[in-house]
Amino acid sequence: MWNYSKKVIDHFLHPRNVGEVEDPDGKGEVGSLACGDMLRLTFKLDAHGKIADARFKTFGCASAIASSSALTEMVKGKTLEEAAAITNKDIADFLGGLPEEKMHCSVMGREALDAAIANYRGQGNGKTRTLEGTVVCKCYGVTDKQIRDVARANDLTTVDEVTNYTKAGGGCGLCHEKIQQILDDVNGQTEQAPTPAQRAHEKRAKGLSLTNLEKVHVIEDLIDKRIRPALRQDGGDIELVDVDQNVVYVRLKGACRSCPSSGHTMRQFIEKEIHKEVSQSIRVEEVRE
Amino acid sequence: MRTVYLDNNATTRVAPEVVEAMLPFLNDMWGNPSSMHTFGGQVAAHIDRARERVAGILGAGDPSEIVFTSCGTESDSAAILSAIATRPNKGRIVTTKVEHPAVLNLAKQLEGRGKQVVYVSVDGKGRLDMDELACAIDDDTAIVSVMWANNETGVIFPVDRIAELCAERGVPFHTDAVQTVGKLPCDLSKIPITFLSMSGHKIHAPKGVGALYIRGGTPFEPFLVGGHQERGRRGGTENVASIVGMGMACELAAKDMGEDASRVARLRDDLERGLVERIPRVHVHGDPERRLPNTTNLGFESVEGEAILLLLNEHNICASSGSACTSGSLDPSHVMIAMGIPFERAHGSIRFSFSRYNEPEDVQAVLEHMPPIIERLRELSPIT
Repeated sequence: MWNYSKKVIDHFLHPRNVGEVEDPDGKGEVGSLACGDMLRLTFKLDAHGKIADARFKTFGCASAIASSSALTEMVKGKTLEEAAAITNKDIADFLGGLPEEKMHCSVMGREALDAAIANYRGQGNGKTRTLEGTVVCKCYGVTDKQIRDVARANDLTTVDEVTNYTKAGGGCGLCHEKIQQILDDVNGQTEQAPTPAQRAHEKRAKGLSLTNLEKVHVIEDLIDKRIRPALRQDGGDIELVDVDQNVVYVRLKGACRSCPSSGHTMRQFIEKEIHKEVSQSIRVEEVRE
Repeated sequence: MRTVYLDNNATTRVAPEVVEAMLPFLNDMWGNPSSMHTFGGQVAAHIDRARERVAGILGAGDPSEIVFTSCGTESDSAAILSAIATRPNKGRIVTTKVEHPAVLNLAKQLEGRGKQVVYVSVDGKGRLDMDELACAIDDDTAIVSVMWANNETGVIFPVDRIAELCAERGVPFHTDAVQTVGKLPCDLSKIPITFLSMSGHKIHAPKGVGALYIRGGTPFEPFLVGGHQERGRRGGTENVASIVGMGMACELAAKDMGEDASRVARLRDDLERGLVERIPRVHVHGDPERRLPNTTNLGFESVEGEAILLLLNEHNICASSGSACTSGSLDPSHVMIAMGIPFERAHGSIRFSFSRYNEPEDVQAVLEHMPPIIERLRELSPIT
């Protein structure tokens, strides 16, 4: 038996906004009976361009029905731009989470919304935009673009996860290799582009001095990765306030603020870390108030 | 609220008589049947008694042909792996597309290890293609494994004919009879079956005990290697209380089998007829002419099985579904696919399975609640 959240069960047993909007401004339909779930979303805009009414009809399991119901609640009162910003994760979060194997239900909601908005804008007939990208999973008709988008939005790293979220790879399994390639590509791209902090480190390695902004990048990176985790262990925290030439202003927070040894922490730990990564001539000052 | 339990092909309630028979072996007689002292040794006689009872319900010629195991799955693995080990030069396994995962996934694993597996087809009513089966059994076949009745549809396979066929060709025949023991008469003195698997918890004994029938004279290599228990055919100290319980369960099932079966079949038929009358666009899956008396599998168009089960659950009605969503996989059950049931109907398939503990009021409860559930889900559905 699935471990559904109370909210999933509530939206399944008492679905909101069931039906079809009469004379809708946008209509989206995704999935199929053969695939095991199908969702038709219709909406109408008010005079200010906000979604005045949204209704759904869904064939599917409890989480598919609950995701559809949640989606209609979430989009009401929003402009199309605001609605378009809703991610499948937002839908799952709204429901208090979905079992991993059921995440594709939230993705279906997200896709129905896409299809309905595209339909309003005069693109497509409200059916899924299958023409975007090339079909990777032939069993479930999932394109490389869909896999890329969902993998990026949800930080997916394995083929199993992609199957849970998009159904791709859940049939014959012949496309697993292709899905892995897409994942490698998606995850590789984020690694290839160096962060500003990495670029600053490279510059420093060449013996060049850093600009103020580069110092900020490096120090912020250092705080996130090493300093803050260490302070948090003792219930403290830190905020970077400013960098002025060789003076770094920070604000100590939480337990650090009232800690008698905070001065020691400043010199022995924080300043030394920054010396290692930025420059020996940096001095750290605490900002109080 | 009364629990309306109609999922007896999944598991059954433990009969009160079974619990009573087991208690002494949990309380006072907790000795090891292999011990030399009387305290332990006296327990062995009760295992023997249970063995006789199991042999009795199967019509086995000799109780020593029964080996107690931990479950039906273990029995299946023990039979098939033994046949492969004792016939090392044979490369083929013949089974069906609709076996229980206990056999199907083992076959797939063996396929990965170089065995050739033939999965025989079924038709739209779930009936086995006997011609295909006959053609598949060749000189290179190590074992044929065909279930006696399918757990999802209840369709009964002609194991007597298959056993004869295998005997003629000198190939061992294993049948997974987990769903038929206690429901259908079984006479192994007349049917030349080599191995038969059964499970305790499907016949009102507890979970964690099963049995494997091994026809006398069959070469056998144990699956669990260890002590001399079960005449060296299954190592491990006996699960005494559960074995005694399964013996009692067999005794109870054998006593009223015919009467129970016809009473259960009446309930099943009332439910099936009632639902088909009350709800439009319902299909009965499986051959109604050759089916277990306790099972019905129905396909409801335009609705999804998990949603049906959860709404039934609101009324304390227990059933199961061949829908993809209930398993976490994306495809509907392999049985529905093998039968060629359209996916949209397979996703809406529901199995009700009865036992002798069901009453007419269980049928009434489903007939009362099911029509509004289906209507409600169809109203939600984009396809009407």
